[in-house]
Amino acid sequence: MFGKKRVAIVGAGVTLFRRNLKETGKELAYHAAKMALEQAGMELCDIQSVVMGSAPDAFDGVHMKGEYLADGAGAYHKPYTRVFVGGGTGVFAPLAGWWHIASGQFDTCLVVCEEKMSSCYPHPQYAFTTIFDPILERPIGMNLIWIFALEMNRYMHKHNVKKEDIALVSVKNKQNALDNPIAQLAANITVEDVLNSEIMAWPVQRLDVSPTSDGAAAAVLVSEDVAKEVTDNPVWIDGVGWCIDSTHWTNRDLYYPDYVEYAARMAYKMAGIKNPPKEIDVAEPYDPFDYKELHHMEGLLLCKKGEAPKLTREGVTQRDGDLPTCPSGGLLGCGNPIAAAGMMKVCEIFWQLRGEAGKRQVPGDPRTGVAQAWGDLMQYGSVIVLRR
Amino acid sequence: MSDVAIVGVGCVGFRPITPELSYKELMYEAAVKAYEDAGGINPREDVDVFVTCAEDYLEGFSIFDEFVPDQLGAALRHLFTVSGDGMLGLATAYMLIKTGHFDTVVVEAHSKASDILTYMDIVQFGLDPIFNRPLGGHPYYIAGLEMNRYLHDTCTTEEQCAQVVVKNKKNAILNPHAAYGADVTVDQVLCSERLFHPLKKLEISTPADGCIVMVLASEKVAEKLTEKPVWVKGVGWCTETPSLETRDWTRAVYTRLAAEMAYKTAKITNPWREVDFAEIHDLFAYKELQHMEALKLCDYGEAGKLTEEGLTALNGEFPVNPSGGLLGVGYGLEASGLQKVLEVVLQLRGEAGARQIEDAEVGLAHTWRGIPTATGVVAVLSNTK
Repeated sequence: MFGKKRVAIVGAGVTLFRRNLKETGKELAYHAAKMALEQAGMELCDIQSVVMGSAPDAFDGVHMKGEYLADGAGAYHKPYTRVFVGGGTGVFAPLAGWWHIASGQFDTCLVVCEEKMSSCYPHPQYAFTTIFDPILERPIGMNLIWIFALEMNRYMHKHNVKKEDIALVSVKNKQNALDNPIAQLAANITVEDVLNSEIMAWPVQRLDVSPTSDGAAAAVLVSEDVAKEVTDNPVWIDGVGWCIDSTHWTNRDLYYPDYVEYAARMAYKMAGIKNPPKEIDVAEPYDPFDYKELHHMEGLLLCKKGEAPKLTREGVTQRDGDLPTCPSGGLLGCGNPIAAAGMMKVCEIFWQLRGEAGKRQVPGDPRTGVAQAWGDLMQYGSVIVLRR
Repeated sequence: MSDVAIVGVGCVGFRPITPELSYKELMYEAAVKAYEDAGGINPREDVDVFVTCAEDYLEGFSIFDEFVPDQLGAALRHLFTVSGDGMLGLATAYMLIKTGHFDTVVVEAHSKASDILTYMDIVQFGLDPIFNRPLGGHPYYIAGLEMNRYLHDTCTTEEQCAQVVVKNKKNAILNPHAAYGADVTVDQVLCSERLFHPLKKLEISTPADGCIVMVLASEKVAEKLTEKPVWVKGVGWCTETPSLETRDWTRAVYTRLAAEMAYKTAKITNPWREVDFAEIHDLFAYKELQHMEALKLCDYGEAGKLTEEGLTALNGEFPVNPSGGLLGVGYGLEASGLQKVLEVVLQLRGEAGARQIEDAEVGLAHTWRGIPTATGVVAVLSNTK
């Protein structure tokens, strides 16, 4: 790429995603890192740098959680950095791994994302009460379901989207997850099941939402030279993008995520992608809520604004459709250990492009894939473009 | 690959309290100063990436990243958070520019320590929740234990540690950014309260408020923006282990490994000769000595003697902490590292006023993430390419 250094992914690993795993966060990080190293055929001594991705310290009740997780993630005696952009962290961490190598500073980087939400008792939602402005917003006692209900409502209103169409995303992803051995909430459900599930904050219902989970995911990133030595089929990181919008989420129109579009444009420009729907073969947009997959497909420029529900209804986003989205089962099916969930999406694209996704494999020999995560106060987009 | 330079710095503080400013206002003021210093750049157009360095518990938020963009001019731009010291942000900016994809990167770190009512409880939350936290007590006992071990193994004396306090607080009198400059004597230090035997009250840095923003640029852009670029010749960072039980309690291994990485890139083989001065993390007085040895500025166990002989004084052969260090400037939490870098930049530009070191050409900045971590960062900076 114009004399700039290329970076490849050569191994990935994801642990089970479950509501309450017995393993500590360090152990989860260790298992994911070990799986990634094994797939890469490498050992910890081959790793020159380590990047950690993990969401709020409040889940674990550990200050400087990155430091605490260091030995579990294999960072003992190594250059080690934790990056943190809220829910966007899972896809952002491999971007940090990318610049460790693209800078020429290192030849190898282990990227580990870990989340242990079950330590937050009785429910991790309590940790989210402290993400709001302490003067203007926190006294209202808001939680995430409420504010995403506002966004979902706005999206439905603007494009006249029916709840039935949004529910299709939940049905599709939970079904895709049946083929994913890590999945927490794989199920065969119908649109009626979603529409009849408990109302949490209108229009959000129980089956519109991904669960809280424990889990970890990791990948081994290497320079072009090392990639040639260790594998015949590297997957290249050809585009990276990220963007943050203003803190004042109440001042923007929530129907469309501009910040995701800006992040996507940054990544597509780097990857030389001019027509995303044509050039991208498989996508993992962030789907903590079912409407978010649609929202993010539009932000990723995979379709026009307001068009994602139609594509979903027509089956375009099914695993055997023209543009398969969330073939892994996504967060709705696999679970949502926040940073690990984003990283899982990157791992899934990696396996899809290598033809190693087993029963989840999308047909048609995919060559280009995109994964995306979303975070902060409906404010952050992180995007990675992978190519075989 | 392009060389990387620091082309703009902005600093607010450090002061014991800043009741009239919010953390956002501190950041805004430092950012405006830095953008002005970098030739008047417009952050909305001229900056490719923004890096902020913060830890949630110190801010009182989960996901502090949310509250950063507006005051830096980074809304709808490419910003992210590094959960670490400002110098990890500097290392990140360095790598970003080295990729060749980005020309201008802004790094921010701040401390609003005066807003934190229960700082020691927060530090307590940094301990391993199963093995260490249940022991209770003020977590600085770890520093007391480590100092004891260091003194025992190296035959460094308590007087030599006290000398560090005397020197740094004296240097700080000359630094307008310093909150705790003072003329103290070795006896005063030795007679101050023994809080964590053998660590004494005056040997512990006091937190302070402040914010530092820096603009880094590629070679191509740097020469357009400033006549006094300060080049990042090498940077290194390392995490030893979070485990208190298995780490080295005498030698700061994290600093030694970080220094080896930075020296390798900067092609430095004898730092005492090839570097003119250093800003070293001195959260506790003995830490300056321990870190000097880990930075290979002297032999193991020799730092105390060098300090006693005055070699590290402002007018000595190798000035250490001309800014006054954290003992004199104040402990700026995650901004501590950038405070070190700021002093090196000012010295190398010849803008350090009354504490200017003559003919300074190469400077070293070092930071540590404090109790209970074993993570350090080292950078070698120079005013010539």
